[in-house]
Amino acid sequence: MFPTLQIGPLALQTPGLLLLIGVYLGLSLTERYALRCKMKADPLYGLFFLVAAFGLIGARLSFAVQNIALFRSTPLAFISLDPYLLDPWGGFAAGLLAGWVYGKRKKIAFLPTLDAYTPALAVFAIALGLAHLASGHAFGAPTSLPWGMELWGVRRHPSQVYETIAASATLFIVWRQSRKNLPAGALFLQFVAFSAGGRLFLEAFRGDSVLVFGTVRMAQGIAWLIMACAMILLEIIKERSDPNRIVPKQMNG
Amino acid sequence: MQPIPRRIFLFGLLFLGLAWIFISRPTPGSVTNGLIPAPATGFLAPDFELETLDGQVVKLSDLRGRVVLVNFWASWCPPCKAEMPAIQLVYDDYRARGFVVLAVNATNQDSREKAQAFLAENHLSFPVPLDVLGETTLRYKVSSFPTSFLIAPDGIIREVVVGGPMAEAALRARVEKLLEELP
Repeated sequence: MFPTLQIGPLALQTPGLLLLIGVYLGLSLTERYALRCKMKADPLYGLFFLVAAFGLIGARLSFAVQNIALFRSTPLAFISLDPYLLDPWGGFAAGLLAGWVYGKRKKIAFLPTLDAYTPALAVFAIALGLAHLASGHAFGAPTSLPWGMELWGVRRHPSQVYETIAASATLFIVWRQSRKNLPAGALFLQFVAFSAGGRLFLEAFRGDSVLVFGTVRMAQGIAWLIMACAMILLEIIKERSDPNRIVPKQMNG
Repeated sequence: MQPIPRRIFLFGLLFLGLAWIFISRPTPGSVTNGLIPAPATGFLAPDFELETLDGQVVKLSDLRGRVVLVNFWASWCPPCKAEMPAIQLVYDDYRARGFVVLAVNATNQDSREKAQAFLAENHLSFPVPLDVLGETTLRYKVSSFPTSFLIAPDGIIREVVVGGPMAEAALRARVEKLLEELP
């Protein structure tokens, strides 16, 4: 666990640093993918930074609207770096809207764009696992296995290491698949299905699961649903792009 | 692979997923539920008993049922000093509703006199327990100053804020949310 990196008087938050490195490496990989697919990388970068900027502004605005009294007394808090003063759903909505408008204006195709960002998402998932390892979050359930690690007073499953390995395997699969001639959207859906499947399996070794109905891990239920949706959509996309598909003739009169 | 066998395979996979959810149900004790004391979000706040600057003895577990901010600081740390006035303002506004501040001074890395002088200069009135031996700072795995732990009425750590200074609005929002849990 390395939650902070002390450089002189400066205490850098290691998890945040790892996530930033993940974004940088992920976008670099997305650029390589885009060049291979003869896509322009600039609009992809533009879209990312626009969504990120509007997401942040939207998240802060949404939080401020919901807590107007707090900002009335300390208006400077509006530019505070504290992530607590962000509303994730407001940020998500604002980022999505900004991305949609930008995509319409620049005539960016939706599904190929999702595919282009898939390598970035896969790299980011690895960075997230490492960030969890650095912060001690997403910790494992107690275990007596020899590879267990001491964390928060108990020998635990190294769930953050499992998470990082699973994300690395997903990146390997996604990168190999990206060389194939897949229908638009298929690469992204494969990534979603693999990631959800990984979470469904690995959540069983976590020690911080939120339980529903007494003993069911909520994250497993959500991961199963996401995996099922991704697999169904993947089937639909594959079927539609099948050259041997028989299209029913339209009946006249 | 033919379409039908592939679909059977996918349905099988989904069925296996459901079976895994059932098989991997947590056994008692495998999920924290806040029972283990550890200095992390979701865990029971490790207990400590320290003497304050004004000679009182404060024990964290005695404050169960109240919202507690445990803030680790030192007088040589600029961000610690910068966030103190905001903590005082929030403390003044919410102490009547059950909000407690324990500004633990890392006295083993600081000095009692310097801490006292800083508090007097800035008219800070919240309790300042002195961690003379550094045991509490160590138990809370404080790696940089300031580090704050927000503890809910049930004694569970709800948030750990490493670094600072914390914005007043952010602290107010955090405290208000936790105070809503009080009966």
